[in-house]
Amino acid sequence: MIPAVIVLLYLATVFYIGIFAFRKSASHQGAEDYFLASRSLGPFVFLLSLFGTNMTAFTILGSSGHAFTNGIVTYGLMASSSALIIPLTLFLIGTRLWALGKRYGFITPVQLFRDRWECGHIGTVIFAVQAALLVPYIIIGVMGGGTTLNTISGGWVPYWFGGALVALVVMSYVFFGGMRGTAWVNTFQAVLFLCFGAVAFAIIGTGMGGFRQSVESMLSSSDGAALLTRQRVSFLFFLSYTFIPLSSIAFPHICIFCLTARRIGQFKRTVILYPILIMVIWFPCVFLGVMGNRASDIPQIQEKLQARETLMKQGDNLTPQERRQLSEKAGGDDVILLLLERYAPFWLTGMLGAGIMAAVMASDSQILALSTMFTEDVFAYYGGKARFGDTAQVQTGRVFVIVVTLFAYLIALEAPETIFSLAVQYAFTGYAALSPLLVAALFWKRSTKWGALASTVWVAVAVAGIATIQSAIPPPAPGPKAETVVWSLLGWELFTRTPTGTAVLGLMPVVPLTLISALLMVAVSGLTSKPSDATLGRYFPEERSVAAR
Amino acid sequence: MKKKGLITLVLALYFLHQDFWFWRTPHPLLLGFIPIGLSYHVCYSIAVALAMGLFVKYAWPSHLEEKVGRKESWEE
Repeated sequence: MIPAVIVLLYLATVFYIGIFAFRKSASHQGAEDYFLASRSLGPFVFLLSLFGTNMTAFTILGSSGHAFTNGIVTYGLMASSSALIIPLTLFLIGTRLWALGKRYGFITPVQLFRDRWECGHIGTVIFAVQAALLVPYIIIGVMGGGTTLNTISGGWVPYWFGGALVALVVMSYVFFGGMRGTAWVNTFQAVLFLCFGAVAFAIIGTGMGGFRQSVESMLSSSDGAALLTRQRVSFLFFLSYTFIPLSSIAFPHICIFCLTARRIGQFKRTVILYPILIMVIWFPCVFLGVMGNRASDIPQIQEKLQARETLMKQGDNLTPQERRQLSEKAGGDDVILLLLERYAPFWLTGMLGAGIMAAVMASDSQILALSTMFTEDVFAYYGGKARFGDTAQVQTGRVFVIVVTLFAYLIALEAPETIFSLAVQYAFTGYAALSPLLVAALFWKRSTKWGALASTVWVAVAVAGIATIQSAIPPPAPGPKAETVVWSLLGWELFTRTPTGTAVLGLMPVVPLTLISALLMVAVSGLTSKPSDATLGRYFPEERSVAAR
Repeated sequence: MKKKGLITLVLALYFLHQDFWFWRTPHPLLLGFIPIGLSYHVCYSIAVALAMGLFVKYAWPSHLEEKVGRKESWEE
């Protein structure tokens, strides 16, 4: 009960920050102020809010849950690959987005695409696909909020109420504070969950009587030892996972965040410190998730371990429905919360719960981004701004915030997937496959709107196809060679259904999706006419001046 | 030359990320409890931060800031 009260106090604090930001921006009523904080974020807020935006429910709950089931491989899979790819894309793409946004006044990526490729409705298609892919990411925030409050309160706060409360608080400070409120809250949250990792690591380690003993005990059993290596995943799976962080820069909320920096120099600190910040938060979460396997004195964890064992030993003889129920029971999204509840004192569980809540509530940026995109790419583009004015545009954005949050909440109540798989399979895969659009727009002069359309339609169809196959074909039971072949050709298993998703020639779908998306961009652009010289001259002035010489 | 060096650095980091050489062993344990597969990747994250420092020092796109001095409207 006490931890839940502390988390509620935390929610009240972030709500107040949103209101404070609203008051602060009362003198600036324009769309650029509401959606981009007048492109005025300083270095500290820019670094931490950008980092905080990328760290969601998935980072703490999903990563520790994944590590609970799969072992230490989780860190290499997602954290260290993100530590390389995300700063690199911020360095190469983020700085260029910032410069173009500052120069031409762009607020969303679709505005850039429309101008760069001289298109209108194709931009609307890109908006629709981006919006559809962003919604699952928002849903995981709401789901994480419900799970956190439910577990921390010992079941006193029901899942539906926890999710509703988090959705309401996020909606309120985004509604009032816009980008300024969101950035300030994210900064506050980033500081909290950076502290969370170290404190949770120390407290749980002490509570478990030191990690040495736990690790030695795990090493003595073959199942436990496997979790301390990377053998639970294949090399091809590990390799293909490095495509997933490409999604980060393609996410509209990250693109939009890149436009909020006051100066380009603010990217320097972000690019260098990003890998370190990732390490500070991911290492404790992954390690504690693995150590959760030793906490069999916690009844809920014992149930998870039993469910996992049943699934492994008798999975083939169970019905798909029974396998699904057991998979959900064995899922580890709440493991870190259970460890805190068991090993941390009451008041500290609340503080740490607030830290988890901080990460969970990073869905605020996605909600704001979706609202920004709708008002800029649809409402303003199709004449709403010209007809009703700047103030009506901001009000439309605010109404959209409410609609999106309600929609995400209603889906979160029914969604059966775990936080981790839901986010990865749809949002991350889709956005990674959309990243060739940004690369082509910024670096490839010959790219065209038809190439962009081909890539976008491909991504939409392919993601919908994967979702359909995964819902139509039940997952096989986990095991050393657990795969259901969906499509084979000449002895090659082209498409397989795995316990956690799908695989194409043993690779995650993100690889073929991204490569084909890039290929379509190149092939279709090559067959269609490029934008006018005037437009190209604005985007590639150096090349024009070299040619003139 | 500088560009080639930085591209080589990125490719080397990508290769080092795969670390198939520690795939099936938890040993040695760093500090007596952190398996090598995890401590390797923690060190890898620090190495990437240092590499990013090199990027910022030797390949910073300072020309982009010069370009934004003159603001234009894309709608015009």
